[in-house]
Amino acid sequence: MSELALFVGQLFNGASVASIFLLAALGLALSFGLMRVINMAHGEMLMMGGYVAYLTLKFTPPAYGILIAIPIAFVVSGIAGAILEVLLVHRLASRPLDTLLATWGVSLCLQQGARSIFGPIGDEVTAPKWLGGAFQVTHGALNGLSLPYARMFIIGFTVVVVAALGLLLVRTRIGLYVRAVTQDRDTAEAMGINIRKIDLLIFSLGTGLAGVAGVVLAMLEPVTPSVGQAYIVPAFLVVILGGLGSLIGTTIASVMVGLISALTQIVWTVSLSKVFLLLFVVAFIQLRPRGVISVRSRALEET
Amino acid sequence: MPPLLSLDAVSAAYGQSRVLWDIDLATEAGTAVALLGRNGVGKTTLLRTIIGLHRVATGKIFFEGKDVTRLSAHERAWRGIGFVPQGRNIFPHLTVEENLKIGLAALAGRAGSGETDVPDYVFDLFPTLARLRNRKGGVLSGGEQQQLAIGRALAGRPRLLLLDEPTEGIQPSIVKQIEKVLDQVRRELKISILIVEQYLDFAWAFADRYYVMQRGRIVRDGWTQEHDPAAVAELLNI
Repeated sequence: MSELALFVGQLFNGASVASIFLLAALGLALSFGLMRVINMAHGEMLMMGGYVAYLTLKFTPPAYGILIAIPIAFVVSGIAGAILEVLLVHRLASRPLDTLLATWGVSLCLQQGARSIFGPIGDEVTAPKWLGGAFQVTHGALNGLSLPYARMFIIGFTVVVVAALGLLLVRTRIGLYVRAVTQDRDTAEAMGINIRKIDLLIFSLGTGLAGVAGVVLAMLEPVTPSVGQAYIVPAFLVVILGGLGSLIGTTIASVMVGLISALTQIVWTVSLSKVFLLLFVVAFIQLRPRGVISVRSRALEET
Repeated sequence: MPPLLSLDAVSAAYGQSRVLWDIDLATEAGTAVALLGRNGVGKTTLLRTIIGLHRVATGKIFFEGKDVTRLSAHERAWRGIGFVPQGRNIFPHLTVEENLKIGLAALAGRAGSGETDVPDYVFDLFPTLARLRNRKGGVLSGGEQQQLAIGRALAGRPRLLLLDEPTEGIQPSIVKQIEKVLDQVRRELKISILIVEQYLDFAWAFADRYYVMQRGRIVRDGWTQEHDPAAVAELLNI
């Protein structure tokens, strides 16, 4: 395999990993921008989505089981998020540190719950046949390059999800309300926007998207009770890099994080590339404290 | 008929420290009321308490005869209280038109109206806003933002408009224009006004009734027609 093929291959892998980071980070970014809370159990919403995929594929035809799992995971994780918001996050909204601790506790409970139900060993979810295989380049400069269809699907799917979310935010009345509440909560409420409803909706939408990320991730690696942990840290990095609460910023940041980890892994070990990624984020935040794109939200004004 | 808005011994606090003491205040339908006082006497807190952004500690607030003390701010907006905050608080990343559409939220909540277009009267009152329709709120000048803030509140067809120092830091030519518009709002749109104002001349020319605040209390009130502004001026000067 040529070096160029290796490079392009890693670029492609990076893009698919970035897609999962992005799906996981969107919810975090939206709800942080809106409510200034950090949901430590967000990764477990992703884990839930993974197990939804595993269970769904047990009972559905393998050819399109994954397509059925996506909406189910969205609903399951979305409802779990709504329950979490109503019972915990909303009640602790004025105490950010307590939210952090409480949701971390929920995260541990959910992990242990999954361990008790499904066991500690990973459950494999096999991608359907039409997503098996890979696109092979057999000659030319990129000879030896192999692009798995499953990863192509993940990238394409993420593009569709982000575009849909973008349309929701820019074109609909709810989206307009969300943007207004993100920029100035008090004024938005005084103008007649039910911010309670917007908070709940966005939190639940965000966890639902994490669930979808879990389904997609299950096609790449086995689902384990702690799978959420592995993805939540990069998702946080993406949120911080992107400028809290900005859809475009979050998208750019996830591509940056995905590509940096994939490309540095060509020359370095996985752990060394993680170190580099963290250093990069630290350096970037020094230069641009508000991230790639800064949305003037209440959260940023006060901190 | 009960007054449009009435406050019955309202007090409010920031944590342990009280900032409003036993405020009694009434706004009759169709009138303009000016709330006067020096900086830091609680005028802004009082307005925020009326719209519901600040919690009432004791006392009650009635709007159109109904107790709204426990309602949240958005529910009060739905009932017909429009709010023009101090410092204007325009949504900086939304366009002028989007800012105005946020004002429609009050209408949607009240009537369940699906109205999505900004009513024409807003642009008739503020032709500037029509010209700036697609500009981002954050790049407007202070005067333009003030017009937008008033237009945004009017888009929700309120019955009562609360204004917190709409002339503060605005160039004189636009102040004149805002005065004219507020007069139209009152006479043509039949919207009652409660305005917090620093300038006595403006308040006297515009309002039917006045209240003067000092240290979180109402210390004087009356009809502008019947009282001499000079006596009030003493209360406002240091």
